[in-house]
Amino acid sequence: MNNDLLFDFNVDKAAKTVYITREFNAGQSLVWDAFTKAELLDQWGAPAPMRAKTKYMNFEVGGQRFYAMVSPEGQERWSIQRYTSITPTTNFKMYNAFADKDENPELPGSEWDYAFSEQDGKTKVSITIFNESFERLEKLLEGFKIGFTMTLKNLEELLTTLS
Amino acid sequence: MKKDIFQAISDPTRRAILTLIAIQALTPNAMAEKFDMTRQAVSKHIKVLQECELIRPEQSGREIYYHFNAKKMQEFDHWLAQFRQNWEVQFNQLDKLLSTIKEQTTK
Repeated sequence: MNNDLLFDFNVDKAAKTVYITREFNAGQSLVWDAFTKAELLDQWGAPAPMRAKTKYMNFEVGGQRFYAMVSPEGQERWSIQRYTSITPTTNFKMYNAFADKDENPELPGSEWDYAFSEQDGKTKVSITIFNESFERLEKLLEGFKIGFTMTLKNLEELLTTLS
Repeated sequence: MKKDIFQAISDPTRRAILTLIAIQALTPNAMAEKFDMTRQAVSKHIKVLQECELIRPEQSGREIYYHFNAKKMQEFDHWLAQFRQNWEVQFNQLDKLLSTIKEQTTK
């Protein structure tokens, strides 16, 4: 359905950095809202059958979002995202760390950078994630233990891009 | 605590060692020679690589040869593949949400 929309996923193992680029068929201000407003984020920000639940979100520099990924069984995995830089509709940066339900962060976390640009009615979002360790990356997946089936072809393609 | 694979791979010398032994198993002495390093420096790198299971030793006569453990690297790649898959699922959800919002605002 969205095959014409760009999706790039690259990992620089040496730099411990993940680069994700995706195009969306909508204007920049709407896409910006989808990434920066809790009520919208909660509608897409966790891969089904998981769902995202934001307890609170102060989208301002120094402010933070406290939210959970909730499994179908009701298991919650909390995270804190602290905003370190915001330039409305073009860029924001945050520091992401897992936390317990009482908002105690599990450090170290990872640094995230989101850049938005619009062309011909489509908005491109580029996400850079700097992970301090692979264990962190493993943790990012911890919440998603529900087996995602993947065709061998997909895996093959990915391994090619990663090598 | 388990050794960190990202940490192991982020070092250029260790990446070079992996590249080399992926082609052919080597003894520590051979590695030291090829990289013009001391035996001690090589031992340190071997220790890190072995602790995260990227290489494994095999005794052959009086020598120890280090082999590349491709399975471990695949495991790592598999984690990344899942990570990528999660993003794909989420982005498809966002596509739907965006088109729903656009429909609502044009009505």
